[in-house]
Amino acid sequence: MAKKTTRTTRGDAPEATAKDPNPAAAGLANAEGEDTLIGRTVTINRPRQELYDLWRDVRNIPLFMVDVVSITPLDDLRSRWVMKGPGDTRFEWTSVIVEEEPGYLISWATEGDTDVSNTGRIVFIDSPNGRGTIVRATFTYDAPAGALGKLVAKVTQHDPRMQARRALRRFKQLMETGEIANAGSPVDDR
Amino acid sequence: MRALTWQGKHDVRVETVPDPRIINPRDAIIRITSTAICGSDLHLYDDVIPGMKSGDVLGHEFMGEVVEVGPGNQKLKVGERVVVPFVIACGQCFFCGKQQFAACDNSNPAEKADASELAYGYPMAAAFGYSHLTGGYPGGQAEYARVPFSDIGPIVIPDGVDDDKVLFLSDILPTGWMAAVNCDIESGDTVAVWGCGPVGLFAIQSALVLGAHRVIAIDHHPHRLELAKSLGAEVINFEETRVNEALAELTGGIGPDACIDAVGMESHGLSPDNLLDHIKVKTFMATDRVHALRQVIMATRKGGRISIPGVYGGVADKFPIGALMEKGLTLKTGQTHVQKFSQQLLDLILDGKLDTTFLISHRLDLEEAAEGYKNFKEKQNEFTKVVLKPKFTRH
Repeated sequence: MAKKTTRTTRGDAPEATAKDPNPAAAGLANAEGEDTLIGRTVTINRPRQELYDLWRDVRNIPLFMVDVVSITPLDDLRSRWVMKGPGDTRFEWTSVIVEEEPGYLISWATEGDTDVSNTGRIVFIDSPNGRGTIVRATFTYDAPAGALGKLVAKVTQHDPRMQARRALRRFKQLMETGEIANAGSPVDDR
Repeated sequence: MRALTWQGKHDVRVETVPDPRIINPRDAIIRITSTAICGSDLHLYDDVIPGMKSGDVLGHEFMGEVVEVGPGNQKLKVGERVVVPFVIACGQCFFCGKQQFAACDNSNPAEKADASELAYGYPMAAAFGYSHLTGGYPGGQAEYARVPFSDIGPIVIPDGVDDDKVLFLSDILPTGWMAAVNCDIESGDTVAVWGCGPVGLFAIQSALVLGAHRVIAIDHHPHRLELAKSLGAEVINFEETRVNEALAELTGGIGPDACIDAVGMESHGLSPDNLLDHIKVKTFMATDRVHALRQVIMATRKGGRISIPGVYGGVADKFPIGALMEKGLTLKTGQTHVQKFSQQLLDLILDGKLDTTFLISHRLDLEEAAEGYKNFKEKQNEFTKVVLKPKFTRH
């Protein structure tokens, strides 16, 4: 359930950084009833159109997001997502782009009744101080199995907040350097 | 290939491990010709740095010959001899653009960056042969190493220049140099340097090249003090002398204009309780590094500068923030932006203005690396620097 908060002064900080974030206040479409709000911003030293174009084609997303089993385009706006969860679990949903402004914004939501409903938005803004593009991802979701599910996700490294943070880091690496950092250590595979 | 691997506390072994291979387009593979044991390797040896895994290949000071180059590297050529900076930097992020290479945003793998983000607020750049907090990239105490972003880091060495003359471009020479640069030395300045290990000694040399009027060095190992003196420093043995009083007397009561803490406290790592324990023990510089930094802050003249190349990892207790503020001190520190200084320092070496070969006390075969670690740790006075060479033949 979305928490109800009253603030006397909101300040300029994004809703996702509030001590008691209210998913309904993040301005996302179809976010009613979602219980968790996540926001993360990175600056990427590339033009925003280039970043938008790569992100808009969902077939590219597995390049920088792990835990993806498959992302299959169904039509220009809809895609089927299959993700790994803790243990042998799988989560599946259909994602629909509900709003887009080419070169600037993509907003999506899950379609129909799903136990992994989520909704989100990514915006690409020219850095006002000439540092490339500010990429801000905001999304809300309903954690499967509630608080316990969140804990399990966290300890098994399937926490959406962690995944988002790491996906944005990899996206930045890919776009700025053309490759994704990999220690190449045999020790990591043990 | 053969490589020195970390197994646990005081347990390093040369083992056969998989050969490195090109993974990303900008990678290169280097056949190592020389590699050194660094003071910070000893803290891995002592198992006080978190994030190590059994089997990690150590070594972040290395050079060699390029044997393979990835398709995305238009700069390096097979057969070139290169020295590799210990900091891994992409060259294309905001930080690299400002030549703050040790702050590179893209070299630490995404799944490894969480730990340092939690510890320090933002994730750190990657380094070779070190903790998995900084990526866990296999290091160069080996026959071969994979070098990511090899079109940015490695500096090509002209033919005919010995390894021994340029190897330390990988870490300790630019670290000593940046320590001196961070002192913003002005004409007439006296610079005091705490710690005459490799970084301290190179900081002494660098401060003099950068125009310091005088350098005063502080340590207790007689051989290291002799080396400092041979480089042109005046020396103070802290076991025999009240250091800050001596510094005031030697500078006409004004105090040193800039002070360099080349001691550090990296052995305390990220563990605050460990750190607090150490603060409670006796205050010899070599064992209680907080004492050294406090002494530095107290010794610096009013309005002076402090430079900290010594590595710190956690939190400090009884930090004299009042002395820092009331005296109006400027403090600069950080891991070394090696790539920023490589060419300038190579030129100074080739022009004969900097010589770093005096530091090397021992040359060993890579197979003898474990013995090198043990001696470098236990006999600091004689083992000033150990260089390892794969398939080394003694002349």
